[in-house]
Amino acid sequence: MSRDVSSPAVTLSGVSVRRGGRLVLQDLSLSVPSGVIVGLIGPSGCGKTTLMRTMIGLQANVAGIVDVLDLPAGVAARQGEVGYMTQDPSVYGDLTVGENLSYFAALLNLGPERVSEVMGSVSLADMSDAVVADLSGGQRARVSLAVALLADPPLLVLDEPTVGLDPALRTELWAEFARLAATGTTVVVSSHVMDEASRCDQLILMRDGRVLATGSPTELIARTGSVDVEEAFLRLVADRGDT
Amino acid sequence: MPGSTTSATATRVLRQLRRDRRTVAMLLMIPTGLLTLVRYAFDARPEVFQRVGLPLIGVFPLVSMFLVASIAMLRERRSGTLERLMSLPTTKLGLVAGYATAFAAVAVAQTGVVLSMGVVLLDLEVAGPMWLAVIVAVANALLGMALGLLLSAFAHTEFQAIQFMPAFLLPQFLLCGLLVDRHAMARPLEVISAVLPLTFAYDALRWVADRGGVSNEVLVDLAVTAIMALGALAAGALTLKRRSP
Repeated sequence: MSRDVSSPAVTLSGVSVRRGGRLVLQDLSLSVPSGVIVGLIGPSGCGKTTLMRTMIGLQANVAGIVDVLDLPAGVAARQGEVGYMTQDPSVYGDLTVGENLSYFAALLNLGPERVSEVMGSVSLADMSDAVVADLSGGQRARVSLAVALLADPPLLVLDEPTVGLDPALRTELWAEFARLAATGTTVVVSSHVMDEASRCDQLILMRDGRVLATGSPTELIARTGSVDVEEAFLRLVADRGDT
Repeated sequence: MPGSTTSATATRVLRQLRRDRRTVAMLLMIPTGLLTLVRYAFDARPEVFQRVGLPLIGVFPLVSMFLVASIAMLRERRSGTLERLMSLPTTKLGLVAGYATAFAAVAVAQTGVVLSMGVVLLDLEVAGPMWLAVIVAVANALLGMALGLLLSAFAHTEFQAIQFMPAFLLPQFLLCGLLVDRHAMARPLEVISAVLPLTFAYDALRWVADRGGVSNEVLVDLAVTAIMALGALAAGALTLKRRSP
């Protein structure tokens, strides 16, 4: 944890990923600053999940350089330094909430205190004995998020964490992300919903495996002379089409 | 931290099984039922039941654990939990060892129940030490589990995973000596059967069924069965990939 927080949490240079003969990511270079919420925004199929899997070190056939917390991709994750939440809740449906968290906590060498702490932070404190398969989609997503939060990692990579959640819960989760970022955690969140972009400190706009633009929401809106991120996105797409 | 991965995973797998009471009941009752079937199908020739009874008890865990393991691992792959485990401080060997520990425990329970039923209710005669039969059954269980784990990597659907059972277990069952004396087989089949894991397990179980005490011969069969099971487990661990396309 002796990392210099002024250095970026994630740095990609010249990263391309090939899947089934198709270039899913094309020559990506970007850096994710530490201690902020970074939104990975773009339509579904644009390569957001592949980019996140590349950061975690789960993606095969990666060309280029990927540094995560000053280490090659995958190394930091395997040290428990990166919390990853996949799009589908990757938890065991036939176990209870508590059993799921205890299992992943044991793998991370964490005790039961941390389990109940994390359950509280995702509003699942009273759900410990509920079998995950019986939960709603939103509750299941929160169990999955809780697993990602267990080790209190300096970097969180969350793939569409708010899909299917009711607005109240969504707001609550974004508040939790903001709280985490305030304590120095870097939160990378993907979303295909443009209105979530305004809640991020920094944005990476993606389309067709390429980065359209990066910057803060206000910066991007000002640069493109738009009223919101959605319009900024559309203008950037149109500009790209001209060149 | 391979130790914590193993014990945590074994606990987790057993908890999952415990929640599925029907599967547990079937794991224990189906072999007992089948053994009863064999006993009364050969009612007029009790010597046949005496000859195949114990080897059959040893084969049940192979089949059960193959099926449970291949489906369990397929679910891990498809639900994304395997990917999550691969992104955590886990070791592949520790993970596989965790599965093996859990399934070995189930195999001990399964064999214990079936063997007791066979001896008490069906008058199965076992000359050799029972613990030897249990050890062979556990080795078979691990072999079945390892094969299931290994082959699940090549199955994209449950349908495919289930089809691997007749493809990989049935030939071993046909060639191990249980149905036909191996020396009476066509020469190429006899040669192939001599290197199949189930053949060694069968030989060991026949020995336990017929003779008392422990011989070098049976220990060699036992060792070969165990080594093959461990080899398949290691191969199964290799199919777990940190990075996937």
